[in-house]
Amino acid sequence: MDWIEQDASVLDLGCGNGELLSRLIEEKQVRAQGIEINQQAIHRCVARGLSVFQEDIDTGLSEYADESFDYVVLNQTFQQVKKPDFVLQEALRVGKKTIVGFPNFLNISARFQMVFGGKVPVTPSLPYEWYDTPNLHFLSIADFKEYCKKRAIQIADSAFIAKNWKVRFFPNLFAEIGLFLLSDAF
Amino acid sequence: MKFTEIKYFTFADPPNELTLESGEKLGPITLAYETYGELNKQKTNAILVLHALSGDAHAAGFYKADTSPGWWNSMIGPGKGLDTNKYFVICANVIGGCKGSTGPSSINPKTRQPYGLDFPIVTISDIVNAQKHLIDHLGIEKLLTVIGGSMGGMQALQWMVSYPNRIRSAIPIATTMKHTPQQIAFNEVGRQAIMADPNWKKGRYYGSAKPAKGLAVARMIGHITYMSDVSMAEKFGRRFRVDKAPNKFGAEFEVEGYLRYRGDNFVRRFDANSYLYITKAIDYFNILNGKRLAYIFKGLKAKVLVIAFKSDWLYPAYQSQEIVKACKLAGVDTTYCEINSTYGHDAFLLEIEEEADLLKHFLNTVSNGTNNGA
Repeated sequence: MDWIEQDASVLDLGCGNGELLSRLIEEKQVRAQGIEINQQAIHRCVARGLSVFQEDIDTGLSEYADESFDYVVLNQTFQQVKKPDFVLQEALRVGKKTIVGFPNFLNISARFQMVFGGKVPVTPSLPYEWYDTPNLHFLSIADFKEYCKKRAIQIADSAFIAKNWKVRFFPNLFAEIGLFLLSDAF
Repeated sequence: MKFTEIKYFTFADPPNELTLESGEKLGPITLAYETYGELNKQKTNAILVLHALSGDAHAAGFYKADTSPGWWNSMIGPGKGLDTNKYFVICANVIGGCKGSTGPSSINPKTRQPYGLDFPIVTISDIVNAQKHLIDHLGIEKLLTVIGGSMGGMQALQWMVSYPNRIRSAIPIATTMKHTPQQIAFNEVGRQAIMADPNWKKGRYYGSAKPAKGLAVARMIGHITYMSDVSMAEKFGRRFRVDKAPNKFGAEFEVEGYLRYRGDNFVRRFDANSYLYITKAIDYFNILNGKRLAYIFKGLKAKVLVIAFKSDWLYPAYQSQEIVKACKLAGVDTTYCEINSTYGHDAFLLEIEEEADLLKHFLNTVSNGTNNGA
């Protein structure tokens, strides 16, 4: 929220019920557009007065010109798309800046459950059982940083969250959610 | 209960005829229309409902001594999707039609005979131009929305292009930016059925037997395209009719009986020449008309809500997505929803609950002037 300035234009990929966009409109008067695949979620977005497209973001954002939004947001969507690499490249192209948020698969409680429980972890940020999870990709904060380096994506800022407090040290171990503010390296 | 009444507005008296897209002139023109709800003082709560191929001005309510309501009665009324406690709803029969507006069955003032095929070809753009005269006549500067499904959706798109400054929003439903060869083909088979009827007589059948068989077949073909494989299987299965005809090729299956019933019913309320003219208007429809997709809605300030239905194979969802694409390219504030339904194209008249939910909230947003922070 703090990264986005007043009156900015925001495209939220996988906007769900539209909570984030509604808050951004209320608090920052942003120009908002959502994309969401679920029909029931679309209804709830329309009830909030949001503009939203029922679309699959895996097919890309080809109708949008480069840098047509100040911010493109991938909040808790990144790990659920089929082609995260492609979707992120598209987000970076269409947004002047891109914000990515995802659950840290290797935070400490997940590690404990895996090592000592011998099971796929179920945590507050990863609340799903293995058989009904919408998450297709499991990554840690360290994985994402390495990926950004490989793709020459510049991390302008980052924030790490665990149970509503900010994690300052060893985020890969303690953070449940990682948030990154990205821009093209060029 | 208040009964609905049909009203008439006549304009384009010679020498001020309406110049049509073809260059021909038409006048005088009468539009049959109905209104529901009250127009507010500032005249900001008016909604123009646009009907489909076989529709008319009677969109809601009951006529005196009539048992069946208007064609979108489930959507228009107090507390409904288009809430007449809040909004002033207008619906007019299209020109070329046969339910009170000037069309091929109207009297040609020059010959004092029905026009028949002397009636000029009209297009969706002509239809919308005529509606604009009615909106002027009602003193409405800006419509809250224009809304319609199928051919009604084409008119909504035409409003977005012809009179972008006269609308605050538009809701095209289950429609397309241009008619495709498959869609034209179905219409052509319908027209051929009418013209093959010996009673059609090149359109000069008024006062004698109507080309009822031809028109009924046209309607039967239409009905097949409005349903879906699944909805037909659910509705009819392979069941036989109870009062199965004794002769060899009588209506045996439920589906046959249904189509015959629909066809015969249609003949009683619709004019065959109007069917020819209106299907032609639909076939000519191509909002792009040589323009590029990115430019067609450029500068449009209105908010747009596009709705499609998953099982609609006559106007498939990809055609609605094209509309959305054009809106995106033009930077138009747009919402797109694809409603899950098995009803096929007919869904726009049947999936009332889900549609109404979207319309209510969308119209709230538009009328509150919540312009999305911009």
